[in-house]
Amino acid sequence: MIAEWGHIAQILALIVGVLLAIIPMVGSYRGWLNWMQMARPLAQLQFLLVAIAFAALCYAFVQDDFTLSYVAQNSNSKLPWYYKVSAVWGAHEGSLLLWILMLCGWQAAVSIFSRALPLVAIARVLAVMGMISVGFLAFIQFTSNPFETLLPFYPVDGRDLNPLLQDIGLIMHPPMLYMGYVGFAVAFAFAIAALLSGQLDAAWARWSRPWTLAAWISLTIGIALGSWWAYYELGWGGWWFWDPVENASFMPWLAGTALIHSLAVCEKRGVFKLWTVLLALSAFSLSLLGTFLVRSGVLVSVHAFASDPSRGLFILAFLFLVVGGSLALFAWKGAAIKSRGQYDLMSRETLLLGNNLLLVTATLVVLVGTIWPLIHKEIGWGTISVGPPFFNLIFSILIVPFVFLLGVGPLARWRRQPIGQLRQKLLFAIGLSVSAGILLNAVFGDVEHFHAALGVVMGLWVVICTIQEILANQRGNDSLIKALGKMSRSHWGMVFGHLGFAISVIGIALTSTYTTETDVRMQPGDSQPLAGYTVRFDQVGQLQGPNYRGTGGEFSVWDGDRKVAQLHAEKRQYLASGSVMTEAAIDAGLFRDLFVALGEPLGGDAWAVRLHYKPFVRWIWLGALVMSFGGALSICDRRYRLARRRQPSQITAQEVAG
Amino acid sequence: MNPRRKKRLATTLAVLVGLGVAVGFVLFSMTQNIDLFYTPSEIINGKNETGVKPQIGQRLRIGGMVLPGSVRRDQNSLKVSFDLFDQGPLVTIEYDGILPDLFREGQGIVANGVLTGPTTIKAHEVLAKHDEEYMPPDVAEAVGKVHPNGVGNKAAEQTGGAY
Repeated sequence: MIAEWGHIAQILALIVGVLLAIIPMVGSYRGWLNWMQMARPLAQLQFLLVAIAFAALCYAFVQDDFTLSYVAQNSNSKLPWYYKVSAVWGAHEGSLLLWILMLCGWQAAVSIFSRALPLVAIARVLAVMGMISVGFLAFIQFTSNPFETLLPFYPVDGRDLNPLLQDIGLIMHPPMLYMGYVGFAVAFAFAIAALLSGQLDAAWARWSRPWTLAAWISLTIGIALGSWWAYYELGWGGWWFWDPVENASFMPWLAGTALIHSLAVCEKRGVFKLWTVLLALSAFSLSLLGTFLVRSGVLVSVHAFASDPSRGLFILAFLFLVVGGSLALFAWKGAAIKSRGQYDLMSRETLLLGNNLLLVTATLVVLVGTIWPLIHKEIGWGTISVGPPFFNLIFSILIVPFVFLLGVGPLARWRRQPIGQLRQKLLFAIGLSVSAGILLNAVFGDVEHFHAALGVVMGLWVVICTIQEILANQRGNDSLIKALGKMSRSHWGMVFGHLGFAISVIGIALTSTYTTETDVRMQPGDSQPLAGYTVRFDQVGQLQGPNYRGTGGEFSVWDGDRKVAQLHAEKRQYLASGSVMTEAAIDAGLFRDLFVALGEPLGGDAWAVRLHYKPFVRWIWLGALVMSFGGALSICDRRYRLARRRQPSQITAQEVAG
Repeated sequence: MNPRRKKRLATTLAVLVGLGVAVGFVLFSMTQNIDLFYTPSEIINGKNETGVKPQIGQRLRIGGMVLPGSVRRDQNSLKVSFDLFDQGPLVTIEYDGILPDLFREGQGIVANGVLTGPTTIKAHEVLAKHDEEYMPPDVAEAVGKVHPNGVGNKAAEQTGGAY
């Protein structure tokens, strides 16, 4: 019964979405105040309806309502309750509903936290978001309805959630990722509204910035969570595979990173307007493209979601509509938009533009690498795969100029920066980072490992440049502490964002270079050396879990005579689906992880065992967290709150006409 | 031309040249780094589309079904070998390492490796999909051609469920 109410709420949400897409938009052109004022309540009502639908689906999962085909396929009565809840977004239909919930959540948030925005702008922003929500609600309603029933013949028990997804990482990873994906819809809607009105000014950039940052933070955390989850749950110790689905989330992240920087320039200097709009349109379009790639099943991927031609076609059509429509609007209205500011070739603007171009290049590389196999096959040249070597090669080349510009950028002045004034600081930073990087690598690692040294040099370069930039804020007789206290939160946000990036770069370089991986045959009692430690296979035992059984292996790790860690690795067989899962045992540390996983039984008590030593692997995710913290600081900046506190602007005839 | 326009022209040209170089480089490195996909019968008869046979020493990706009863393990190490088939011809895969959890006889797998003999491949990576019912579309397609109602086709329809 509850499920039916959920279904009705979902249909009502679609209808409200249609109203939201039309009424405020028409009102904004006709200058009808009451039509425009409908935007906020409609957006909030739609959120409420989708939330009801989502809650009903959760309820159906918790209550084991196997009359719903979606529940029957993705849950089981023996599943612990928290996995029942996370199973809601464990497969296609439910995760789409989660996506819509996020979209409507952003919509409602925009409607609440944008009192300072002119009514025309808010009406159009919400109407554009309404259009997107209509697209997705129609998609879910007509091609992938989670409320589809199996009546009158329904199963007694469900087929269980994919064991890979029965994990804390999966409870959190998709919601964060979707929040990021869909969050770019806000930036997209702001860009469309600005194009429609022809008013692309500093105020527009200031309104978009916190929303874009919020989306970027969610995406950053979402990707980091996914990488962390893959690392410990997939059982082979990798943290990034250049899998199409990972690429699908990485592309909007790259474009989004470019976007938050160009928005900053746009707000402060009034230049790069068209570029910024284009990035805002791309970031969301790439999110949609990612959805298409994942949902249509056209790509070979570890994230093989349901492939259904009608679904793929629907998203493809929607994608063309959104990309084509927004680009057409851009071509039509964009020409009228002029950037007023001027800047020299040597200026912070140019440096930021340089890095923007590098980020866009990286995005295009990922895009080409991801869809090239598709094109190749369609042309009739046969099936190919573009693997990690390609991406690794290109990214290790692109990152060098990127990191260099990233260090110089904050030190340079807006408008005009004579090179001579920077020479001393740059030489100091280069000298210190290169010598310290090479020295550190030589002492703690191997001299011949050039990539590790390069990674450390790049990380140190960013850190040193950032510190120099902070110190440069001390002027006159102010003490350093006072100068630091005067720095704005968004300034600190930049500092932490860049430091986080440096941490990730160091982590990536060191992990990729110094990881030791051995696959060995071991029996209880055997010992095996691993990067200076000794790993001993103590014993094997049988396991009995709530919905699985399996084998557990006890390992102890020794540094000489000192016991470093006791590790418990598992091999589980899930009862309902019969699938086998590897639960790796990890001893985590700031400077190294020890990773043990059971491979396959080799007869008797012998097992194939996977032993990894992964130095600095935590730094990759730690860096992502620090970056996100930086983003959060920026959102908290005073000027965004001031903008909110200001009285709602009156609507002038001009604004309405615009 | 006034200086401003000149500067703009210079910037545009620089960007275009940079872009051209970048695109060329990307395409070049991609041709160096793509792995062509073969099925066992394509290894022997040449690719369906072009008829080109792989050369010994070539890096490639192969997909097929593991022949039941063909898995041979070394008793003292992790060395393992097994045969792959799709429409008849057999190709032997040699691998030193841990096979994935879903590796079973009779199931579809994909391996990345180097062709070391006319019908032997030394794999450095063996992949089986997370879902029991999932099969790489390429394999499903290749196998489906022989068994219109067999395993391959079922797998081609049923790729749902895995994340």
